[in-house]
Order: sequence, then structure tokens, then C-alpha cells
Amino acid sequence: MKEIDANQIAAEKDLNKKLAMIAYKAQAARLDVLRVLHEKGTGHWGGAASAADVMNYLYYNRLNIDPKKPADENRDRFILSKGHASTMLYATLAGRGYFDKKKLMTFRDIDSDLQGHPCMHATPGVDMSTGALGHGISVGLGMALASQHSKRNFWTYVMVGEGCLDEGESWEGIMAAGKFAPKRLVVLVDYNKVQLDGPADKIMPLEPLADKFAAFNWTVAPKAYDGHDMQSIQESFEWLDEASNNGEAAGPYVIIFNSSKGKGVKHMENDHKWHGAPVDDKNFAKAEPELEAGLAELEAKI
Amino acid sequence: MKSADRTQTANTANTGITVNKEHAAAMRDVFGKHLVEMGKTHPELMVLDADVSGSTRTGWFGDAYPERFYNVGVAEANMVDVAAGLATAGYHPVISTFSIFLALKGTDQIRNVLCYNCLPVIIAGGYGGISDSFDGASHHALTDLAIMRAFPNMTVLSPGDGQEVKDALEEAMKINGPVYIRLSRNETPLLFEGRESLKVGKARKIAEYDEADLSIAVSGIPTYMAVEAQQQLKAEGITAELLEISSIKPIDAEALQASAKKSGKLLTVEEHNIRGGVGSACAEAVSREVPCLIDMIGIEDTFTESGPYDKLMTKYGISVDAIVKRAKKLAEK
Repeated sequence: MKEIDANQIAAEKDLNKKLAMIAYKAQAARLDVLRVLHEKGTGHWGGAASAADVMNYLYYNRLNIDPKKPADENRDRFILSKGHASTMLYATLAGRGYFDKKKLMTFRDIDSDLQGHPCMHATPGVDMSTGALGHGISVGLGMALASQHSKRNFWTYVMVGEGCLDEGESWEGIMAAGKFAPKRLVVLVDYNKVQLDGPADKIMPLEPLADKFAAFNWTVAPKAYDGHDMQSIQESFEWLDEASNNGEAAGPYVIIFNSSKGKGVKHMENDHKWHGAPVDDKNFAKAEPELEAGLAELEAKI
Repeated sequence: MKSADRTQTANTANTGITVNKEHAAAMRDVFGKHLVEMGKTHPELMVLDADVSGSTRTGWFGDAYPERFYNVGVAEANMVDVAAGLATAGYHPVISTFSIFLALKGTDQIRNVLCYNCLPVIIAGGYGGISDSFDGASHHALTDLAIMRAFPNMTVLSPGDGQEVKDALEEAMKINGPVYIRLSRNETPLLFEGRESLKVGKARKIAEYDEADLSIAVSGIPTYMAVEAQQQLKAEGITAELLEISSIKPIDAEALQASAKKSGKLLTVEEHNIRGGVGSACAEAVSREVPCLIDMIGIEDTFTESGPYDKLMTKYGISVDAIVKRAKKLAEK
């Protein structure tokens, strides 16, 4: 396995190569997560795997952050509102250098820094504790208003899933953000369309989702992007730069990413059973080589 | 309340704290004015209200500092979390609406975001107890203290008069974590002007003796009633120590235990369901160290009805007469 660090990615001039490197980091994070979930016998695979690419893009090519200064008041904020994808956040933070990767295997252990759901006081780099769904947009709005009032002008990114958007509070936050129009608040929808109990359109249909945000006075990206294609993710943030006039125009902004729950392991993809089922030996034996093969394919592109 | 009572002035046995009903203020007015004052010296102070800023008086802060005031509409859950976001970035927000809605519509946000992350947000619960009397059961906050004090990292304050509202706000600004302050709608006698300030974790000893027939622990609006009742009991030869519990969490267990030890009898008085409120908090504090008979005056686990505030308080057994009666009964046991 190839070791690539953030400095190499930042220094890479060839955009295609840079994006391939980020895709590689995302796939490596998936592999880390799968191994942790198998070893610990607890945690959520589906929503972690679907969030990997957008999350890694943020940490390697978007957020203004320094892992050595996780509490820097000018840093950009990231809220994983779908907190059950905690393992992907932990793997990404470890990959980005916030803490030693060995720590990942203490996930959900007593006395571990890595709580079942993200805890901002336990884990360096976690900007907000989440777990109960539906908090992220409101908290992110507060952060974005603080950014603006203090003139520190940091950005706040909130990743939500369908479950978050089922919650009433999300719509209170969406309505309030429409009113206060913060300049640097961005909601990223990890739209994998599968919930714990089954397909999202059967549990609680969200469509027409983009229209809903637009009706609440949000600036909505012109299309849904592919949450597993780095070129498409890159394009979505180019849209954001343009739409926000690099932070000068009023937000809030929403980008919807089409994604697959359990992405990377075919037999687990888009199956609600893999929302939070423990990864047993049999399934791990099938899944690990597949993720490794995916990683090797990406490595060849770097 | 009889009109004759309005001019009556009572002096307690040994602290000189008096009840003068002519000298009164509504907690919400004191709160609104003091927020504006604090705004001058605390640039980190932000105020959020959920479309009741005219009632809670946070609108006055909004008039003075429009750039630090957010009216978020009738969406309490969102208000709590927006304040949380502000608090993570150096601000010290005050969130304000009726206490019943904060405690019940913002519960998840208060527990999982404010308390879990220990964020400095002042939760100003307006119209506490049955003070929004005419609006009836839907607007009566009788479980807020039980809910708030069950959350780790939370400080719970229930001032006994307008002066203590100012004290509580000043204390809360010094705390790097969530603080719930219970306020009231209506005019209530000013008891503690010029006195020692309310202190987090400390009971106020209003009447103290070497030997006593019982102890009374009171919190919130009924404090002035307990001051009068203590005086009446004294006149009838019953010596009651009187402690005011404005800091419900942390509670002054030491003071409560020391007082309860003298007689082994404690009467608690609160404007809250006796299940889980101040009486429960006192019982938890005392019973670990001191064998003690405890009686509790408060709302007896029932939904309340509409009506004039004073009459409603009397109907639900919170009055000077009720305190005197229950104190005598307890003293005789």
C-alpha cells in the first residue's frame, strides 16, 4: 500500500493526478473502516462508505485546516450531521494526520478517544458532536453566523443524510438559514437513498429535494453530482466558488451528491441491512479483497 | 391576595429580610433591562428569541444591539442549536422563550449539544411555573427543573426575586457551560436588594438558629411566601430555619444537611411538580447523610388550569397559609 500524505496532494500540480490521490485516500479510509468494523463487531458501514469520497475531498482539497491546530479559531468547520458515519470521519482524520492511525482500532472501546458517535471533546478534529440526527444544519448556521459576525470568515460545511432530513429540526434550520442568509454555510447531502429500515423513498420520500431547498431560499447547485467521482466532486466545488463569488455572495448553499450506501463492496451496496450490521468473518473475507482490489486500481492511476 | 396584605411588612427573625409588596418587580423586566446593561460590557453576548421577545423582554436587547439579536421564529430546537454553533466560536448566547417550550421542544438539543459539549449558553426560561397563569396547562412549566437538573454539565438557577435575576445572569456569564435560569412573568416582591449576591452552589440562609423545630427550603417565586410564613410561625412559637435554594444544581448539600440535622424535619416549597423538582433535589442532598422527615409543597403531579396567578398558586397549595399549616404539621410529627 502506497503512503501518500496531505503535503504531496497539496503540492500536486496535475489536477487529475491530485484527484486520483484523493480517491486513493478515500478508498484507503474505506478499507480502514471495514477492518475496524470487522475487528470491533460494531459500527455502521453503509453510510460511512457512501460518505468517503466527498469527506476526503473536503479534508485534502477544500477545508482551511491544520491538523496540528485543531482548535484554531479561523479554521473551516465540518459537521458530520449523520454521526453514525463516525468511523469514516475518524479514518479520514487519522489519514489527514490529526491522530495516530493505530487509534482507529480502539473505536468504541471503554476509555477510547473514538466514541460510538463523534464527540468534539474526545477526538481532535471533530468540530461538533453528533449522533442524534438533525442537529447539523442548525449548529452549522450558528457557526456560519459567528464566522460572519466575527469577520473571521471561515466556511462551515455540514454533511447530512436522508435520516437527518427526516428530522423536523433540519427544516427549522433550513428555514432559518434562508432568512439569515449566511455567506459561508454549505450543506452537502450524501444522498445514498437507503435508510436503516429500507429504501428512502419508501421510508420517507424527500423528493423533490433540490426544489425544497430552493423553496426555502437556498442557492442550490444546478445538478446532483456523483459522490463517488472525484471529477464530479471537483466540479461541484468549482460551482460553489463561482456561485459564492469566493465567499462574497450570500448563501446558504446546498450540493446534492448521488452516492451508494456501502460503496466499494458490491454485495453490501444499496442494501439497508448494511446500515449498521456487524461485519462478520464471512462477509469480511468477501469484502476486504474487493476493497483492496479497488485500492490497487486507484494506485495504478497515481 | 387580600388588599390588606399588600402593605404588610414582615421582618424575619435574624436576617432582616423583608417582604414589601409595594416594592416589587417582574423578573422578566429585570432580565430584559439587565441584558441590555450586560451588552455594553460583554461583546460576546448574543441573544436569540423564538418570537416571544416582546413577552420575555429580550426585544429590548434586540433594539439596543440589532446585530447581536436573532429572532428565529417559533422553532425552539433550531434556536438551541444555532446558539450552540455561536458558542463554539467564542460567543456567549442567551436563548429565550417560555420555559415550557425550551424544556420540552429543545430537550434533545439542550442535552445532546449544549450539555454534552458543555457549551456556554444561558437558557433563560421565561414564564416559569404557572406564572403564565391565564394561558393554562399548555403554558405552565412544571417539569423544567426536573429535566434540566438531570443533564450532566448543566447549572440550574431559580432566582427568588428580581435582584437574584441580575445576580444569576452575572454568575452565568462566568460559567463556561450551559446554565438554565428560571424566570417568572409577574411582579413579585424584591427581597434581596443590597444583600449578598446569589452564588452558584450556595443556599441563602434567611433564618438560622442554634436549635429549630424544622427547616424550610424554598426556591423561586414562593420565597417571599416562605419569608412571611417563617415570621408567622415564629410569632406562634415555632422556630423554622429558612434556606433559599436559588442554586438547584449544584445544590448546597452541606447547608441543607447542617440545617436538617437540627430538627430532623424539612419542608420544601416550590412552584413545580414535586416529582423531580426542588423537593426531590433537597431530599437527594439531605438523605445521604441525615435521617430526616421531608414534606414537599408544590404541584402534586397534576395538570393545572387557567386563572389569576395568586389564586391559582393558592388553589394548588402554594401560599403563606399552606406553608404555615404544613410546617406546623411537620413540626408536630
